[in-house]
Amino acid sequence: MSAAPDHNPTFAEVTLMQRLDKALPVLLIPLLVVIGLLAIGNPSSWLTLTVSGLAMGMLIFAMASGFTLVFGLMDVINFGHGAFISVGAFVGVSVLAWLGTWTEAPSLMLNVLAVLFAGIAAMGISGLLGWGFERVIVQPVYGAHLKQILVTMGGLIVVEQMIHVIWGPNEIFINRPEMLKGAITFGAVAIEKFRLLAVAVGLILFVAMRLVLKRTKIGLIVRAGVQNGEMVQALGYRLRLVFIGTFIAGSALAGLGGVLWALYQEVVTAGMGEHMMVLVFIVVIIGGLGSVEGAFIGALLVGLLQNYVAFLEPKLALISNIGLMTAILLWRPQGMLPVVKAK
Amino acid sequence: MSDPILRLSGLYTDIAQYHILQGVDLEVPRGQVTMLLGRNGVGKTTTLRSIIGHWQARAGSITFDGADVTALPVASRVKAGMGYVPEDMGIFTDLTVEENMRLAARSGPLDAARLEWIFGAFPALKTFWGAEAGNLSGGQKQMLSIARVMAEERKLYLIDEPTKGLAPAIVSTMSRALRDLKEQGASILLVEQNFAVARALGDSVAVMDDGKIIWTGEMAELAENKALQEQLMGLSMEVH
Repeated sequence: MSAAPDHNPTFAEVTLMQRLDKALPVLLIPLLVVIGLLAIGNPSSWLTLTVSGLAMGMLIFAMASGFTLVFGLMDVINFGHGAFISVGAFVGVSVLAWLGTWTEAPSLMLNVLAVLFAGIAAMGISGLLGWGFERVIVQPVYGAHLKQILVTMGGLIVVEQMIHVIWGPNEIFINRPEMLKGAITFGAVAIEKFRLLAVAVGLILFVAMRLVLKRTKIGLIVRAGVQNGEMVQALGYRLRLVFIGTFIAGSALAGLGGVLWALYQEVVTAGMGEHMMVLVFIVVIIGGLGSVEGAFIGALLVGLLQNYVAFLEPKLALISNIGLMTAILLWRPQGMLPVVKAK
Repeated sequence: MSDPILRLSGLYTDIAQYHILQGVDLEVPRGQVTMLLGRNGVGKTTTLRSIIGHWQARAGSITFDGADVTALPVASRVKAGMGYVPEDMGIFTDLTVEENMRLAARSGPLDAARLEWIFGAFPALKTFWGAEAGNLSGGQKQMLSIARVMAEERKLYLIDEPTKGLAPAIVSTMSRALRDLKEQGASILLVEQNFAVARALGDSVAVMDDGKIIWTGEMAELAENKALQEQLMGLSMEVH
């Protein structure tokens, strides 16, 4: 082997602006929280709204994370993603009803176990549905965005109608498990117990996803695949299998998000997934297509902003997220943390 | 030629409505560097992409190490022993240099001795080991792309224009690394526009035009014959 050649590499200085470039989106969250405090004025109301916003954001993140990875990996726009949210919610609610003695018992452990089993069942069935959805609906339309939109929306309608067939046409009101009802109060601050659980689940989910994506080989393959799928194949990996696995995992997470969202809203409808997709799209677009970190930041911003604005000016709450998306896209047209795709 | 590592027989590849390869016949000998030369747009990159499987051939066959791989997916061809460096380098810019290299070691962790060899050839990669690959210069990215294919031993290396647009110092680094690979007995099919590099590295040559191989022979024979160079490629190697 020959000796080392003459090329003497040097590190280019990273400027402060370059360092801030990736940190700025993260800083938007504390910035929004501070603006919220200044605008609301009352610290107890602000704290309640902040926890509520974080809980909402975490649940939206659960639903959006799979969607953004699926788009990033295979350039697939899956409008049917909402179906997994709805199915997960109905399955979870059915499991909770079946575990009625656990949910009605004044035992935090039994209550949390019931939610855990409901979540596992929702993930299992939504994941299975995702596998079938990918095989039957998505696979034939790879590379054709218009067809993807049409057939995945068609798939969503079919699934919604199947929910009507199985669970009936009416919305189902649900009771949260006994120990997750009500709020924890300290001083003038009241924080709903379930929202704390939602924040905890969302954080665990985000950390787990980060660990998988950053520390494991499969995570490395997924991150590389989002950027340049062809090269991942050229390194000897079967991208198709990785994609199917990601699609199933994304569907399962949407199902988990669905059941938690149902408990958050205390009602389930067949169309809930479809309605949530508006927020999911906003989160994925402002986060940067294919970026899990971007989706997380985007979801928290959406959750916080919606809660603050609904308190301050209820009529503006409906358009607050569209306004947020517009502002962020004017600032960064590719989203906050875009994945650099190979040309 | 006895038992080539790669044989293309009557290979036709279309991209959309364009018939790019129109019956490519090529043999790549074992343990040699075969240069694939020709003007821009004659089908060199398409030939490499067809061999690795990014584009499926419409007709013809690809025999690799004695087995027909024409219908196999990309991953199976890589598993069989092909390594590919695309013209655009295919660097994962959001991953670190280490992560890029770790991905290249498909069958397990990076081999320490091999990694030392790679660092010897490309010291820059050791310096930037933990840095995001997107922050590397063009030349360093190209080093990483070559290093990645060197991370595991391959039966055949398919390398597309590794010196394209690089400064002379980096071209020299790249040439030395490829010579190292050659001295280890690797079989390489190399698309190269830099004739000085081609002449220095190549054992045999295949010249393409209009989607076909129009001439094959020894590099020395082509390098010495200006008239042949002008006839095949429309210019003399000496002008580059």
